[in-house]
Amino acid sequence: MLVIHRECCGYCGACVSVCPEGALELIDAFLSVDDCCVSCGVCTKACPLGALEVTDEEPV
Amino acid sequence: MKNRYDVLIIGGGPGGAVAAGDLAEKGHSVCLVEKRPAIGAPVRCAEGIGKEVLAQFIEPDDRWISAEIQGACLVAPDGTTMSIEREMAGSKVGYILDRKIFDRELVWQAASKGAEVHVKTRATAPLLEDGTVKGATLESCGEVRDVRADVVIAADGVESKFSRWCGVDTAVPLRELMSCAQYLLTDIEIDPAMTVFYLGNKVAPEGYAWVFPKGDRTANVGIGISSRRSRDGNRARDYLDRFVADHFPDGKTIEYIVGGVSVCRPLSCTVSDGLMIVGDAARVSDPITGGGIFNAMHTGRLAAGIASGCISAGDCSGTALMPYDQAWRHSKFGKNLERNYRIKEYFITLSDDKLNAIVHSISRMNLKDFSVFALVKELLKRNPRLLLELKGLRDSLSIPD
Repeated sequence: MLVIHRECCGYCGACVSVCPEGALELIDAFLSVDDCCVSCGVCTKACPLGALEVTDEEPV
Repeated sequence: MKNRYDVLIIGGGPGGAVAAGDLAEKGHSVCLVEKRPAIGAPVRCAEGIGKEVLAQFIEPDDRWISAEIQGACLVAPDGTTMSIEREMAGSKVGYILDRKIFDRELVWQAASKGAEVHVKTRATAPLLEDGTVKGATLESCGEVRDVRADVVIAADGVESKFSRWCGVDTAVPLRELMSCAQYLLTDIEIDPAMTVFYLGNKVAPEGYAWVFPKGDRTANVGIGISSRRSRDGNRARDYLDRFVADHFPDGKTIEYIVGGVSVCRPLSCTVSDGLMIVGDAARVSDPITGGGIFNAMHTGRLAAGIASGCISAGDCSGTALMPYDQAWRHSKFGKNLERNYRIKEYFITLSDDKLNAIVHSISRMNLKDFSVFALVKELLKRNPRLLLELKGLRDSLSIPD
């Protein structure tokens, strides 16, 4: 699943623009992930800060 | 806030603000919504704009001009510098803006012309009827309401969602999303009238680093790299930290900015029934420089002009709005975007050795005109072999600047 390291996120929206599923949304200073995220990891590369990570954990 | 307007504009950046002002001035009811609690902040921009293009929209004002730029300097990977001095640059030089003030000024002007403005208000969904955009659901501090409009203008920037919700694929290819980081650095030694661009695969793979003066000893110092070259330990911020350690080790950071800039081709269509898309949301930022302030204002103005006529004529279908798409795409503006896209596609393939060779040959040129077009044309004249490497570039250069 996609994990957002919120302490690191600069809420810039770079990730939102590359998400092929349209799963990310930047709501002012809060990045939200929709259920349609397929954990493809594209967004983790666009992040200038490394705030996004795809892990093996299952969503709770 | 009313339940119905002629035009609903999503996003309070330069594109949305210009569109709002123009439409309000023509007597239309306009509602502009900005999801953030303040217009102009946070800044996600290097803030450079050309003097001539800015003059089309607003009289220069010291309140939002941080620095007046009289020349530019290109630094090759091997450190060779090539300056385009003020004499050569002529009047075609620019400003580094203070976007926090500039964006507010544009929105103030729109408001003074009669546009309604609502901050901390975001569109959460379009109102769609048979595929036609009829307005949007807006949310503000937990209060939700549907607002109808003849036309919705999506000016929601690089992280645009609205047009995607309406069925337009706006996803930027990963390699064409520049991952960027910038510090506003102070107490540094700079030429306050020169912008400096650093090239090279070690400095900024497929991108560049920039130093844009914001005053005597202060500058926007930033870097953009292709997202496909970004990985842990080598992200935009890592490249920036290394660049700053090399060039401005004693600088003090007073603002920390990150962001994404699209350098892809524009959206293949920027209208649909009841919807127009402008600025970064339409992916019309410049593929070479990443600059997008003028491009947003320009498309915002074109959209407003066409929207006004369609509203008065009572037909806001995609077909009726299409002249907006045609107007920017087939004009010099759109053709330049396409040309610059092709030039960018060529430049990102170059090794540092070749970049060095190019800067060496430019530094021997007597450039009279400071434009990408003049620069590349001159380069090709002196390095005919470059032409063989990219046949398409010759065609793209047949479009005059």
